[in-house]
Amino acid sequence: MAQDTAVAPPGRKPPPAGKPARRRTGTTTPRRLPYLLIAPAGLLMVGFIAYPVISVFYYSLQHYNPTKPWRNGFAGFDNYVKAFTEDPDFWRTLTFSFQWVFAEVTLQLLFGLALALIVNQTFIGRGVARAMVFSPWAVSGVLTSTIWLLLYNSQTGLTRYLADVGVGEHGTSWLSDPTTVFPAVVVAELWRGVPFFAILILADLQSIPKDLYEAAEVDGATRFQQFFHITLPHLKDAIILATLLRAVWEFNNVDLLYTLTGGGPAGETTTLPLRIAGIAVDSHDFGYASALTTVAFVILLFCSIVYLRLSKFGGEDK
Amino acid sequence: MITSEKTPRETTEDPVMVDTATAPPAAPAGPTGPAGPGRRLTRRERRAWDEVPRWQLYVPLSLYLLFTLVPFYWMLLFALRPAGSSSLVPWPITLEHFDKVWNERSFALFFQNSLIVGVASLLMTTLVALAGGYALARFSFRIKRGFMLALLCSQFIPGALMLVPLFQIFAELRMINSLASVVIAETVFQLPLSMILISGFIKNVPYTLEEAAWVDGCSRFRAFCAVVLPLLRPGLIAVGSFAFVHSWNHFLFALMFLSDQDKQTIPVGLNTLMGADSVDLGALAAGGVIAAVPVVIVFAFIQKWLITGFSAGAVKG
Repeated sequence: MAQDTAVAPPGRKPPPAGKPARRRTGTTTPRRLPYLLIAPAGLLMVGFIAYPVISVFYYSLQHYNPTKPWRNGFAGFDNYVKAFTEDPDFWRTLTFSFQWVFAEVTLQLLFGLALALIVNQTFIGRGVARAMVFSPWAVSGVLTSTIWLLLYNSQTGLTRYLADVGVGEHGTSWLSDPTTVFPAVVVAELWRGVPFFAILILADLQSIPKDLYEAAEVDGATRFQQFFHITLPHLKDAIILATLLRAVWEFNNVDLLYTLTGGGPAGETTTLPLRIAGIAVDSHDFGYASALTTVAFVILLFCSIVYLRLSKFGGEDK
Repeated sequence: MITSEKTPRETTEDPVMVDTATAPPAAPAGPTGPAGPGRRLTRRERRAWDEVPRWQLYVPLSLYLLFTLVPFYWMLLFALRPAGSSSLVPWPITLEHFDKVWNERSFALFFQNSLIVGVASLLMTTLVALAGGYALARFSFRIKRGFMLALLCSQFIPGALMLVPLFQIFAELRMINSLASVVIAETVFQLPLSMILISGFIKNVPYTLEEAAWVDGCSRFRAFCAVVLPLLRPGLIAVGSFAFVHSWNHFLFALMFLSDQDKQTIPVGLNTLMGADSVDLGALAAGGVIAAVPVVIVFAFIQKWLITGFSAGAVKG
């Protein structure tokens, strides 16, 4: 980089910031330095994100199945037509994806917000309590599956003890019963997902100037008024961003469902991405999987734009 | 409202004037002004505003703690009690499940692989994101807007759905079954967010600090290392630990790209344990504990930085 310039003695401390410094960007910086700096990131992203995205578009217009090479070739929109008209699983998995995302994001937001408000208070043992309630943040989808598989086991799980006191039935696992499987997976994912919201919201809570509350207090505002007129408006952008990122993430996330239910029982918990992964792994119909991928991507992008528009993200500040 | 934070403190001159707005007149008696007894008073005052009935705090908190901790306890219970026991307390403690999983089910190897992937992704993500983040924070150049937009858009690209094309790329590069493929894939998907975060952190460091170092004769690189880098520490810790935790946890890339048994990572090993015909719950729980230990340690270490790292400009950019 810039080692060619004369090197100052090592360990020299910079003078305080007040010293008048001339802009020397022009002299010490070759014009191509910023490009050199973003080059590694740019190359990686072109090679391993942009190129794959383009190839997904390309394959979605092809019949492409390594196990049936005689059928390979240009398909036009056949794969898309198949998804929308012939494949009942497409609509079913798409509907379930929306249910899944909606349930997860709403519940995670509500619990995360409540949790952040609680651990933002001053009380004894706050540090320990924070560390404990946030800890599932670090846990993977597969590990979450591991843990909840142990809890939901019909013979030895916690649910057996719950059945003893009248919650649920003996002998059937919550994960194999179509009526209980949805709440069961939602709770498992909730356990891991709430800390994400709580951490983000807590960070933002701490940036609210304290004097706003003091002023509200002087004016006689109740706690509820303070919450709805100070806290919530301040958190708005963070909440919009967090819900959006989380919705995209939950939509795409397949680790937990793949390992906990495998999409079952009887396809009850198969999301669209899970089905795509299944098609790619089992039937190797890469062309069709690519078409579904494209559809999923377009849906995500469309919903995100609509969401940002409707919620007027960042609108009031600027 | 007048706060004393922004004004330079002249402790000996007239502390009363600085503090009258926030503290009662008794406060500034001490020589250190606001750091001494004054602080305690303001805190007590704050308590009056903050006062939520304690039960409204402790009841929901305890319920939530129960929800968080019971699953962890359940896993520990199965990992530590002998096979066939149905006691609710892991006593007598046995390590047979750990022994089995670590040695017979090759979790020792998986652990090592996961560690390599985690640390390599951490280093690669942080270095590449640091370079890119610096460029985004300190320069304006022609493709900057487009590049930022690409970073944001890439957040919507489902990693899971890129499995097929990525598999083909790595197959062509002859990197299937090599840990490097997973490291690259993890890094690539960590990069956009890391770079946005780091450029936000760098923007928070005043440019004049760097310029002052140049005046002293430092090169740009040396000035960056001596002045900016130390101030970035909390942010880098947050970003680095995201990268580590994420790649330690990630499942699908490892499942897809690594088919040899001796190359697999811990999540894949766990999945194998879960998929067995008759699941050995003790071994599964022990494997889960092994998977949890490193991330829990990292988490305990970064927990505080995490919150400050975010508020230092993550969401607000």
